Amino acid sequence: MAGHASHELSSDSPWGGKVSPFATSYGKLMMWFFLVSDALTFGGLLIAYGFTRHDAQDAWPIGEETFNSMPFLGHGYPLLYVALMTFILIVSSVTMVLAVEAGHRMDRKGVTKWLAATIIGGFFFVGSQAWEWSHFIHGSEFGKVELADGSQAIVKGHFGEIKSFTVLEPGTHHTKKGEKITDDLLHTFQHAAAGGHLKDGKITLHDGTIASVQKEADHDVKLVIKKDGSKNKIGDVLDGKPACDLYGSIINSGEKNKVIYGANLEQNEYGPQQYGQFFFFITGFHGFHVFSGVIINIIILLGVMKGTYHSRGHYEMVEKTGLYWHFVDLVWVFVFTFFYLV
Amino acid sequence: MERDDVIEYSLYTHHDEEAGKKIRKKIWFVTILLTVITAVEVFLGAMIKQDSAAWPYVKLTFIALTLLKAGYIVLTFMHLGDEKKVLKYMILAPYIVLIIYLIFIALTEGVYIGAAVGKYSV
Repeated sequence: MAGHASHELSSDSPWGGKVSPFATSYGKLMMWFFLVSDALTFGGLLIAYGFTRHDAQDAWPIGEETFNSMPFLGHGYPLLYVALMTFILIVSSVTMVLAVEAGHRMDRKGVTKWLAATIIGGFFFVGSQAWEWSHFIHGSEFGKVELADGSQAIVKGHFGEIKSFTVLEPGTHHTKKGEKITDDLLHTFQHAAAGGHLKDGKITLHDGTIASVQKEADHDVKLVIKKDGSKNKIGDVLDGKPACDLYGSIINSGEKNKVIYGANLEQNEYGPQQYGQFFFFITGFHGFHVFSGVIINIIILLGVMKGTYHSRGHYEMVEKTGLYWHFVDLVWVFVFTFFYLV
Repeated sequence: MERDDVIEYSLYTHHDEEAGKKIRKKIWFVTILLTVITAVEVFLGAMIKQDSAAWPYVKLTFIALTLLKAGYIVLTFMHLGDEKKVLKYMILAPYIVLIIYLIFIALTEGVYIGAAVGKYSV
């Protein structure tokens, strides 16, 4: 039978209404609960990634080989850029915790300064991720090639520079025979190789122009098999002059889809299809969290500057957004390890 | 300013300049620690190749260092170390119990499926 409780709770007792059994405010508790559920989402994604990776074994790309470029410096810097991104995010987490600390001293100027620094760090991180995505999507100079037996191989080595294209048969745009084309060479070259418009050192451009390709020779080319064929098995390595010639003959075959550059949702040059999908989804979902965090931080910063929290008597709002921001950093620590390091 | 419609808990967790100094010192210590750990990870990753015999140990080191970093972020930056015990375990228990089990089962299963279905097809 419904009735009133057998004895009234004193409102000062735990669960009595006036005291938090967890010694924390409602808002902060709910932020923690949200973070627990969000962490389970990321945990699920990373475990799904681990499952697929253990399933694929040797076919899976190696992080330090896939991510070895730096802006302005080119290749040969394994993982340095991601490490820099990690450092940026850690530092922005530090400035956030300093903002929270300033809030505890009711130091409005301090909170403003550190929160602004956090926002700048967040923008730097999102920008870095955009660069990383762009690089991942465009891919390497070599691409991934399909061999005659149906196997697929990623290519390492030194890619000879493309000097120019010389027009042999004029088209609608390049109308002069003997004209030298010198801009956007690599992009045009790759596009033609993937589309089967490159045959025996002659390239067919969009406008119908046929041109000869002046390119330095590739050297130290190595083909590492990433998909089984009838002859080559995953993990096999072809090197020396035969590998170099084989690579040259494949991209110069004039056949479509023999080489893949970069990545999209259907295929990528680094490894199995799922690798690209997990990359886009996990780093994208994390990037989305960072971006939301930056927006939330900006809103809170406006509140700080207006004095909303100062007149409230405490800066708990900063603390709550801080929790979210640290969480984003926390997730990145795991993404960094499981996507890039191991 | 005391308001009786606001439940107070830890809202007014103010500290003075003296305590602030101590807290900031700890924050900078953790910053340097996290940076050094990340640098060590990248250095190890660049030095030791994935096909070398030492790699499984490097992998375990990475995971241990990651958990160490995560611990410092959660306990110091997110102040979970300063919360009440009951709250702390309410947040951490789902992980300690469920995630570790899920990791174990998913990775084991992944290896067997890879072996049973055959090599990966792109």
